[in-house]
Amino acid sequence: MRHGRTRFAVGFLVLPVTLYVVYVIAPYAQAFSIALTNWRGVNASPQFVGLENFRRLLEDTVFWKAVGHNLLLLVLLPVLTIVIALFFAFLLNAGGRGGTGGVWGSRFYRVVFFFPQVLAIAVIAVLFQQVFRPDRSGMLNAPLIAMGFEPIGFLSDTDIALWSILGVLVWQAVGFYVVLFSAGIASIPRELFEAAAIDGAGGPPMFFRITLPLLWDTIQVGWVYLGIIALDVFAIVWVMTPEQGGPDYSTTVMAAEIYRNAFEYSRFGYASAMGVVLFFFTIGFAALALRLSRRERIEF
Amino acid sequence: MTPLSRRELLRSAVLAGLALPVASACATPAGDGGTSSAPAAGATSAANPLGLAEDRPLEIWIFDGGFGDAYAKDIHEPLLKAKYPKLEIKHNATQEIAKTLQPRFAGGNPPEFINNSGANAMDFGALVQDGQLADLTPLYDAPSWDDPTVKVRDTIDPAAIELGSYDGTPYVMNYVNTVWGIWYSQKLFDDNGWRPPKTWEEFTALCEEIKKAGEMAPFTYAGRHPYYIYEAILTLAAKIGGKDVLKNIDNLEDGAWTAEPVKQAAGAFAEIGAKYLMQGTAGLDHVQTQTAQNKGQVAMLPCGSWLENEQKDTTPADFGYAMFALPGFTSSDAMPYGTLHVQPGEEYVVSARSANPRAGMEYMRAMLSKDGAGDFMELVSTLTVVKGAGEGRELKPGLRSAAKALLVAGDNAVWFLFRKWYAELHDEVAAASGQLMNGKLTVDEWAERAQKKAEAIKNDSSVKKFKR
Repeated sequence: MRHGRTRFAVGFLVLPVTLYVVYVIAPYAQAFSIALTNWRGVNASPQFVGLENFRRLLEDTVFWKAVGHNLLLLVLLPVLTIVIALFFAFLLNAGGRGGTGGVWGSRFYRVVFFFPQVLAIAVIAVLFQQVFRPDRSGMLNAPLIAMGFEPIGFLSDTDIALWSILGVLVWQAVGFYVVLFSAGIASIPRELFEAAAIDGAGGPPMFFRITLPLLWDTIQVGWVYLGIIALDVFAIVWVMTPEQGGPDYSTTVMAAEIYRNAFEYSRFGYASAMGVVLFFFTIGFAALALRLSRRERIEF
Repeated sequence: MTPLSRRELLRSAVLAGLALPVASACATPAGDGGTSSAPAAGATSAANPLGLAEDRPLEIWIFDGGFGDAYAKDIHEPLLKAKYPKLEIKHNATQEIAKTLQPRFAGGNPPEFINNSGANAMDFGALVQDGQLADLTPLYDAPSWDDPTVKVRDTIDPAAIELGSYDGTPYVMNYVNTVWGIWYSQKLFDDNGWRPPKTWEEFTALCEEIKKAGEMAPFTYAGRHPYYIYEAILTLAAKIGGKDVLKNIDNLEDGAWTAEPVKQAAGAFAEIGAKYLMQGTAGLDHVQTQTAQNKGQVAMLPCGSWLENEQKDTTPADFGYAMFALPGFTSSDAMPYGTLHVQPGEEYVVSARSANPRAGMEYMRAMLSKDGAGDFMELVSTLTVVKGAGEGRELKPGLRSAAKALLVAGDNAVWFLFRKWYAELHDEVAAASGQLMNGKLTVDEWAERAQKKAEAIKNDSSVKKFKR
């Protein structure tokens, strides 16, 4: 009986675990060993250089700039996205008159908000290249130029470019979380809202006293997802920005530096060392997220 | 047997993960160089001087960029096929050279002939360092396609061989000759009575005049790709200080970037950037700025001789592309007016460890024939390294202008190679140059950043150094 159960479990697990080990764990492990060599991608016998790559990484100002950008996004992307998405989700579900229905036209908005999620990231990046164009063909700059102002270098000004990236990321992500939070709000028993309304609670107290606490689990999930997105951001940066991560490295992120060093400078050893650092950032974030989410649940 | 707990399962999975890389197919290459030895050349003869093996296929990879791949399919491959009817030619084209072919090199079965070009080309330094490229000396010493009494070496621009050499061995064939300059519309200049400036004062005066007229901006460059502007800065630096200025930069000499001629040239263009740049330049790419020029929104921009071909779909019929060499900076410039940045480019290589490397070289010999080069020149509208390939052929105005500038320049041709040798330095200089033109970096800061990067590369033991 017991023996049969073990066989049953192993039979189910052997294929996925093998695939996972070969295609996920093994490359990770290899990255650690490549990080200790000066492999340039085509050589048959990489030379072992010890911790040389990591020592050089410490002095690599561009890489630490990239780390800084990732950390900034890690803080701001989840916060902005969740706040905006919560606001919209609340309006769509409980923001109407009497606090029990959505605002007028909420079904329409629900679909519209989800549109960005349907587009491929590369499409979004190319789209926003046009939106941000600094001449009369740019959607944002055309009115400015028509009014006689200097065009804003959304992607060409080193002080602004990263904020443009953040804007695009938030624009792209909000729709999904509106849907996620809407589902969360819909699962909150209606009586709670009705009872609060009878007690005279308006919009804001209802949101902060009922919706937010009961949605906390869903928000945590959203925060973890967005955090993972913020540690990547490669596609948007690589496709949208000039000099891929520019201008002057003002928008570069860790993944972009890994790609640049590996596939443009053919420094696979060095890039692997960066990958190892990114690995520890990801593990650190995951541990932090798990730690913070250990909290009592509200049963309803 | 006790039931497998979740914890035990995870633990054994981790152990398996650690043990498996040893056995699993590795992303890293085989430890001992298990590469096949280079196949020997077949029998050579007067008709087949390189000893091409007709029974093995020839695999060709063309970069499908500005030149497309029709020239290979319609001109060079038929040329070779006519001579060797039994040879099987496998034609391929891609825009992603490195992604497609790097695994083949790592796997030990690279294709014979590669047009390693474009933004996604493989790093030449890494390929040379690992002995992946065939020495092209037999090709250059072989009799030329058209005249058996003349060696291939003597039918082409010697700079092309020099530039394709790494530590004195020619590994890369540069086919296209590119000249850089400031491009304008002949019609626009004629209509307004403007003349190509010969001195920097004339140049700034012309910019001032265009700016005052208010019809268009005087100057722009591909802001999203600042290479277009640092190219002009370095050419001007060489004109001011002589060929050694660029040689020192390529050789990563101490103080090469902070030398006075380099700073003077950077300052000159920074001033143009501050006063005469088209609005929004920093955020526009090469196609957008070049199209703006076609639309009459800007008068001049620095570019290479591929420009006319690249813009053929948006150029008005009477536009009349023309170019002028960079104006003289002072009366004491080391090099005379007409000095040009000339760079044989568009790289082709034969892989040393492919199955039929001699067929790749024979294909190159066909490309370097007068017909091969002349037809190519007409089809894609560019100069080639083959001497006199354009004789008696109809050329478009921009190409004619570039060909004339090349003739005027003669020996006063300058070039730099660090872009190809040290991609990192190129990226850093490009990034800094964009900021220099935006006024966010001073000339001194710009020079120091470039110098610092050059020193970092010099001290990096993992990067192979080159000398010229």
